Amino acid sequence: MTDDTATDGLGDRAVHAVSGPGDGTAGSAGVSSHQAPHRVLGLTDAELSAIRAVLGREPNRVELALYGVMWSEHCSYKSSRIHLRRLPTDGPGVLVGPGENAGVIDAGEGIAVAVRIESHNHPSAIEPKQGAATGVGGILRDIFTMGARPIAVMDPLFFGGLDDARQRWLVEGVVAGISGYGNSVGVPTVGGELTFDPCYAQNPLVNVLCLGVLPVERLVLGRATGAGNLAVLLGSRTGRDGIGGVSVLASAGFAGEDDGSETAAKRPNVQVGDPYEEKRLIEACLELLDAGLVVGVQDLGGAGLVCATSETAARGGVGMDVDVTAVPLREAGMAPDEIMTSESQERMLAIVTPEHLARVEAVCARWEVRASVVGRVTDPPPDGPGILRVLDGFDGPELAAVPAASLSEDAPLYRRPLRRPAELDARLADDPGLLPPPDDAGADLVTLLTDPAWVYRQYDHQLFTNTVVGPGGDAAVLRLAAPGLRPTERGVALSTDSKPRWCALDPRSGAAAIVAEAALNVACVGAQPAAVVNCLNFGNPEHPEVMWQLSEAIDGMSEACIALGLPVIGGNVSFYNESGGRDIDPTPVVGVVGLIDQLRTVPPGIRLTPGASIVVLGSLTGDGAANLGGSRWAVEVRGHRDGTPPPIDLAAHRRLIDLVVGLGRQGAGNAGVVGIHDVSGGGVGVTLAEMALGSGVGFEVAGIADHRMLFGEAPSRVVVATTDPESLLARAGGAGVPGQVIGVAEGERLVVEGLVDVALTDARAVWQNRLPGALDELAANS
Amino acid sequence: MAPRIGVVVYPGTNCEHDVVRAVEQLGASAGLVWHTTPSLAGYDAVVLPGGFAHGDYLRPGALARFAPVTAAVAEFAAAGGPVVGICNGFQVLTEAGLLPGALQKNRGLRFICETVEIEVSSAGSVLTAGMAPGTRLRIPINHFEGNYTCDGQTLAELRGQDRIVVRYVDEVNGSIDRIAGICNSGGNVVGLMPHPERASDPLLGSEDGNALLGAFLDAASRASGGSSLAGAPGR
Repeated sequence: MTDDTATDGLGDRAVHAVSGPGDGTAGSAGVSSHQAPHRVLGLTDAELSAIRAVLGREPNRVELALYGVMWSEHCSYKSSRIHLRRLPTDGPGVLVGPGENAGVIDAGEGIAVAVRIESHNHPSAIEPKQGAATGVGGILRDIFTMGARPIAVMDPLFFGGLDDARQRWLVEGVVAGISGYGNSVGVPTVGGELTFDPCYAQNPLVNVLCLGVLPVERLVLGRATGAGNLAVLLGSRTGRDGIGGVSVLASAGFAGEDDGSETAAKRPNVQVGDPYEEKRLIEACLELLDAGLVVGVQDLGGAGLVCATSETAARGGVGMDVDVTAVPLREAGMAPDEIMTSESQERMLAIVTPEHLARVEAVCARWEVRASVVGRVTDPPPDGPGILRVLDGFDGPELAAVPAASLSEDAPLYRRPLRRPAELDARLADDPGLLPPPDDAGADLVTLLTDPAWVYRQYDHQLFTNTVVGPGGDAAVLRLAAPGLRPTERGVALSTDSKPRWCALDPRSGAAAIVAEAALNVACVGAQPAAVVNCLNFGNPEHPEVMWQLSEAIDGMSEACIALGLPVIGGNVSFYNESGGRDIDPTPVVGVVGLIDQLRTVPPGIRLTPGASIVVLGSLTGDGAANLGGSRWAVEVRGHRDGTPPPIDLAAHRRLIDLVVGLGRQGAGNAGVVGIHDVSGGGVGVTLAEMALGSGVGFEVAGIADHRMLFGEAPSRVVVATTDPESLLARAGGAGVPGQVIGVAEGERLVVEGLVDVALTDARAVWQNRLPGALDELAANS
Repeated sequence: MAPRIGVVVYPGTNCEHDVVRAVEQLGASAGLVWHTTPSLAGYDAVVLPGGFAHGDYLRPGALARFAPVTAAVAEFAAAGGPVVGICNGFQVLTEAGLLPGALQKNRGLRFICETVEIEVSSAGSVLTAGMAPGTRLRIPINHFEGNYTCDGQTLAELRGQDRIVVRYVDEVNGSIDRIAGICNSGGNVVGLMPHPERASDPLLGSEDGNALLGAFLDAASRASGGSSLAGAPGR
């Protein structure tokens, strides 16, 4: 590895160019006990040298363990950070941008909204139920750490095909984990996504987004200040579960042996969740914050106590002494480095002034939450940064002493090589539009229909009586309300989206299209798109093709965010989604938060009403409208994964969003709109079918020339059912958006003239039975 | 005087604020009652809301039955006070012996969250007084253990004494006789799995729950010696 010390807006931090694979820059190779201690911890030889340089001496075993977890890819973003800097993060409503536990925006009338998205991919691949459950628990802590009450969770999920027993086991486990934890902890799961594709067979993706609300004045940051203040560990006792979760597990791929031995061996790296503990922890922490009893709070997630203590100290510019003997343990005989790096769930660190300690303890006792003083804030030495010291008793021997900021901020940054995949040009040229047309486009349409109700029926999606549009809509819509907030008419909308098949072919335009689609989805429910969070699920960063995909995706996302005026307020990178050397398709997931000033009526939703005219807003015949590149029809029906995805015109897209926001609200002035649904996976055909299935009303449309126009997924289009097509088209014309009437909602058949004629009852049977047919049968046989 | 409703909170309860919002919207006042509270003095009626009291450890309601407030609820009920247990609250009432039978895991062994149709079967309870039997309501359910079961003699008594308060119109979770809610022999203690507070506003897709909560608040008003809330805002 070369030290070229290039800098690009990163202060004086060195950025290391990496020559290529096999340079030992990460620990994805099999870990063996014969290796040097630092390598077992996932650190490279060069990183060991960097640690020596920071300390000016050889690190001891405990110190090495601290750096091992904190400098892991998962915690340090060392491969992605130089690219993430290119995302726009500023906006008028942004209160807290990336880098804190969650992004926060101003929602008006003294209310703020906190949002974060994370992945729990690797744990879920190994132990789906606990992996997914602890993903929910972790994201909730990130939200209430900011002083916000979590009011909604969304779960984008990606699996291999349901014809494989292991995939069904994963789906069952992940859904049971989210359901079991989320329902019990008492936060509604209001939406998500469900994608099946063979590329996820060995690497399922489990992303989780959480939104919280808070009075603006309760906003707190995870900071330690004031020498002499106390670090109080709240919640569960610390055990050996989850040690190395961020380093050994999440910062390496799976070798891909199919005998299960590898995943079985990594199972102890997965944490175990207790939603009842978390529920009491949430209530206790919010009560502490409301009463002004804490200086700062920080959740313990990946990398456990070392992460929480070093980050709070570094942000506050102070040091901290941590007494490992004061940490309540689940089992005897834990070594100091195990205590510091354990990822035991349901723990928080509160920074408390000594005079408030008794009141903090009283609040915790009422909620039956354990509270133990484990640390003290210390002044930094006059000539240097604050020191994180690990002590064996507050007056006992020093086990470790490292600059706190060096753990969280001095991890090496890598400029890894990028390479456009060699086969890409051939793939882009291989147009699925040239495939023979279907004998029966109606039959193909039906195979693309899946009702996700089997999943969301298992999630409490109505708790807090805020859910106006729950799972299954274009976006979830919630009243922006919680105990302690003054009542308003404000609402919030949330959508998560992805387009991995497009991103595999063109990560730049694919990522731009994801932002565009998520923003359009919240517009379809009448919300003004306000902010973006992203979860970047990629393969092995040591593969130059993967880094090229990441770099391109970030540029595409950036272009779309700038064009649509949306700041990125937080994100997460999940690398090493690979098995046996095969990377997943690049899967950036985008969450968009939209705001509604006056939520007085339920949005029209994905439906038709008898006699309504059906209008397509956006171009039905223009650029890309007949393009099947990366479409669900090409990939899922024909197994053809190549082609060039349709282009996106971001200026036209913004005009469409501005028009649709007004149509997504019922009542006077919405041009008679009674149903609305964006065109995405499966094209106009699937959009129309979902509107029919959502309402039990059929349709008869014409003017769709062939299967390419029916299934093509060109962005920037919305299907609208309206009782007043003239005024709708007039409004569209005034907004610079093309529109045309293609037919009428009526009857009990899905009819596209010359292409499709299917009975609604037949389509419904397939749509409803796809998931229960595959998954309930499994339950019956197990 | 608006009736005053006590809303019981065990650690792990999570629907308490939803119930408070719904009954306040109907003109009542409400207060949260912590699980260690030994008395319900000052309240005209009591709601045990949904959630996961004590994490549902052992089984739903099994630990909550030992809480001081549960003894206070039993006393309040014995004195004729109106009590309704919703979802987890219903489970607590059966564990505490205030209602017969038990709630086992749903047929199909999955959690179910969806809006279902229920039918008023008896007007002889504080939750349904004044409603016509046969009235259909759209109310959300949200439970894993909502499959009501009891022995044959209990079922015969429930039927014979007109104590089956609400039934599911279609079979949803395996409950015997499609039972969604029952009451005690006095009609003043009701348990039901559906969540009326989740059907309390047109924005939530149904306000049918207000009919049940309204009847309950009327019973509370009668218990307090006050007048009916029938003219109160929000009805």
